[in-house]
Amino acid sequence: MADHLYVSTRKGLMIYTHRGESWVHTSTAFTGSPVTLTLASPDNRTVFAALNLGHFGVKLHRSTDAGASWTEITPPMFPKVESSEADAKAPAVSQIWALAWADPKNPNAMWAGCAPAGLFYSPDLGATWSLNEPLWNMPERARWFGGGTVDTALHSICVDPRNAQRVAVGVSCGGVTLTEDGGQTWSIAGHGMRSDYTPPNQAEDPVTQDVHMMVQCAASPDVYWLQHHNGIFRSTDNLKSWHEIKNAPVSGFGFPVAVHPQNPETAWFVPAQKDEYRYPVDGNVVVNRTRDGAKTFDTLRRGLPQGDAWDLVYRHGLAVDETGNRLAMGSTTGALWASENGGEDWSLLSAHLPPINAVKMA
Amino acid sequence: MVQVHFTSHLRHVVPTGAIEARGGNVAEALCDVFARYPAARGYVLDDQDRIRLHIAVFVDGIHVRSGVLAHPLNSDSELYVMQALSGG
Repeated sequence: MADHLYVSTRKGLMIYTHRGESWVHTSTAFTGSPVTLTLASPDNRTVFAALNLGHFGVKLHRSTDAGASWTEITPPMFPKVESSEADAKAPAVSQIWALAWADPKNPNAMWAGCAPAGLFYSPDLGATWSLNEPLWNMPERARWFGGGTVDTALHSICVDPRNAQRVAVGVSCGGVTLTEDGGQTWSIAGHGMRSDYTPPNQAEDPVTQDVHMMVQCAASPDVYWLQHHNGIFRSTDNLKSWHEIKNAPVSGFGFPVAVHPQNPETAWFVPAQKDEYRYPVDGNVVVNRTRDGAKTFDTLRRGLPQGDAWDLVYRHGLAVDETGNRLAMGSTTGALWASENGGEDWSLLSAHLPPINAVKMA
Repeated sequence: MVQVHFTSHLRHVVPTGAIEARGGNVAEALCDVFARYPAARGYVLDDQDRIRLHIAVFVDGIHVRSGVLAHPLNSDSELYVMQALSGG
């Protein structure tokens, strides 16, 4: 069971350790600086932290001692376009939106997803990064557009546990794109999704879907769950198609989704008022959980604020550990909750953190 | 020699106080500094070697707002690299 919790916030990285029956705040790194995302190795020794320093750009730091000390390393950067001084549109990374291990058999291989929506590969634990040119040069990319930000964002990376050459990425707004040869060639894998924010004749265009978050079940990798701007979608046929889940209570809008690592029928969502406003419906923070493949949902609220709450949970703000029992969730108003029983009961770890960008357990 | 000053916010990657540099324009002077303090480069320049959007550069007391890197320097120019308040 995971015993480290990395909480990426607007003003630092708060590290919690599980002791006894609860999480204890044990250290803070990058105090005052915006931390946007972390990734930890399965043994929790190697940890990456992505920062966005605003004036001074996107930074990446690596720890090899479970977050006790950190070294700044070179972040992913787009290749230099010649005469770019005159070309204001030449891309530059504005945010690291996803970090993932690229191959269970190679502990040094990593993927990073960025805004603008480039996918970068590192063969050497982040020492060097290279842009995946085939995805970046895919003609369909010209139709991608930003969701929530000017830049497009590649925020979801699903490396197939059966075959690391098979990687699906989710882009806001660019649908789902799949490679089966380690990134040499890519195909569109967003068929079945639907958007309300485009003219009706383009609603089913798989290339312009606003994926908020996509996850893949570790034990049943044919099954993917996806929180979309216009609702919840699921694929049970290894990304050949998506079908919409229309019966989620409270709201189908939201940002995060987590799937049970062993049970493809179980997934968690955090609904929010859709979509021009973003706050908990009726001021109640709840988690929607299904345990039967979305035939039915439980709306879980024990331990979560009911009434007058304004907490929004971002796409990386919900995490589940490898057992499927331990969850953590952090909000834009700085509340951090954890559950030990699959979300049935939540305990408040802090109500006073800075806005939380991401939570990760290891 | 050109005198280059960086905001103290960058003190972990480049010294505070005047740094002497050679260069006939802002780009050359900054490159001379970054050759000695390579970790500072990515804090001031982006992927395309452009001045980051929310970095303000002053040359001899003037806030240079366009064509920053090509802006000419005298041999005794004073260059300030600051965080622009537009960035938050």
